[in-house]
Amino acid sequence: MIDFDYVRANDVGDALSQITKHQAAKFIAGGTNLIDLMKEDVEQPTRLIDITGLPLNEIHETQTGGLKIGALVPNSDLAYDERITQRYPLLSSAILAGASPQLRNMASTGGNLLQRTRCLYFYDTATPCNKRSPGSGCGAAEGFNRMNAILGWSKSCIAVHPSDMCVALSALDAVVHVSSAKGDRAINSTDFHRLPGDTPEIDTNLARDEIITAVELPSEKFARHYSYLKIRDRLSYAFALVSVAAALKIEEGAITCARVALGGVAHKPWRVPAAEQSLVGELADRKAFSSAADIILQGAIGFAHNRFKIELARRAIVRALEQAAAGTPQSQSVKVIV
Amino acid sequence: MQGRPQATSHPPERSLPPKLEVNLHVNGVEHRVFLRPWTTLLDALRENLDLTGTKKGCDHGQCGACTVLINGRRVLSCLTLAVMKDGAKITTIEGLAQNGELHQLQTAFIAHDGFQCGYCTPGQICSAVGLIAEGRAKTSDEIRELMSGNICRCGCYPNILAAIEAVMQGAQT
Repeated sequence: MIDFDYVRANDVGDALSQITKHQAAKFIAGGTNLIDLMKEDVEQPTRLIDITGLPLNEIHETQTGGLKIGALVPNSDLAYDERITQRYPLLSSAILAGASPQLRNMASTGGNLLQRTRCLYFYDTATPCNKRSPGSGCGAAEGFNRMNAILGWSKSCIAVHPSDMCVALSALDAVVHVSSAKGDRAINSTDFHRLPGDTPEIDTNLARDEIITAVELPSEKFARHYSYLKIRDRLSYAFALVSVAAALKIEEGAITCARVALGGVAHKPWRVPAAEQSLVGELADRKAFSSAADIILQGAIGFAHNRFKIELARRAIVRALEQAAAGTPQSQSVKVIV
Repeated sequence: MQGRPQATSHPPERSLPPKLEVNLHVNGVEHRVFLRPWTTLLDALRENLDLTGTKKGCDHGQCGACTVLINGRRVLSCLTLAVMKDGAKITTIEGLAQNGELHQLQTAFIAHDGFQCGYCTPGQICSAVGLIAEGRAKTSDEIRELMSGNICRCGCYPNILAAIEAVMQGAQT
């Protein structure tokens, strides 16, 4: 870890003014990913701006029947909040599928969105990585790429976004509220993370001088037909090989609305509107779900160690949609997949 | 001396950021320490306060050995900067026994043989204190899941589970 200095921000305006003044500064909240990356010399900020004193730690009702979650609400508080467990159980389930209780107690909502890939080559400073060191190459493409992307990757980067929470946010069409000295704006969660292209060093569409203030959940909740199914090498406290956030609305056996987002397969939570649209009007059965899975995985290409993820994803999509349709969401404590 | 590189061949020395005053309330005792910004709570506990019960396992948030309680919540001290916990109430394994009596989880870990080498045990027990305070685990599956942030490479999981269940049932023997 390189040496850095430390300052506290009193409010959002103060935080924005401080980040503008010091080019190599970073905000810190939970720190669960940033401090780890600093220990590895992957992140090298020369100043940390502590934003934990900012008044962004509450959940409010919105006028449109949704919820607005402050950026500093800890992941555990969010997952167990009754308004979330009752109205947005998909989000609660996804959060509880990730990390450990200790990390969820520390990690913030905004920080979860900004966590960086766990690609082995991003972490290992002895290897090339275009995300860590642009232009140095990609160690993963020819390396041990079991945890890497099968969709949306580029020649310069095959990393995946590691979050579970963000997969549910994507499926729920959440909106990320951000502020800068120039004003406020809202970014759809589906547009928040980006594909690597030729600039994999840029994870998101958040500008350097912006701060996340809140995440808004729209009124559509999918509390009845949902499932978050996460497949991993270890049953708990491990990143996803493939995860699926599935949400359906069903009336008289027919699907009226469908959402499917995948985690662990791309540089961002993966959604394919055409697949979701293909389910509308169909009976909620395996045939329809298989067709949707085919559409979602069109163009999927794996690497030496992760080609299995294409078929794994296909089956996980079908299973998660079946769980959602039956109203029997995947339990995050009893690990048997029914 | 001859043969040594000239001092001028070294890059100019950068001045380190100043040490910051941090007040750490640990196990009911207030400590005033002066720390660099990058000192983790784990290192501050072990190196500055000589509280070596909290263990450094992976130092990367992957093993749970460094688990402590901050304001009653279980967290990883290896990924916590000490300067960010100025004034917070911290409980470590050393603070669990009261008036010479072991905490009931400590007694239960002994009774149920919840460890072999013992290195992960302070983290396991602090994590279990947090788990019970949270009150969300009711079944064995839920305890296993909500203790999954604490790795035991000796594989004492069945006995750790038994110790925690015994305390939760109020029947530690």
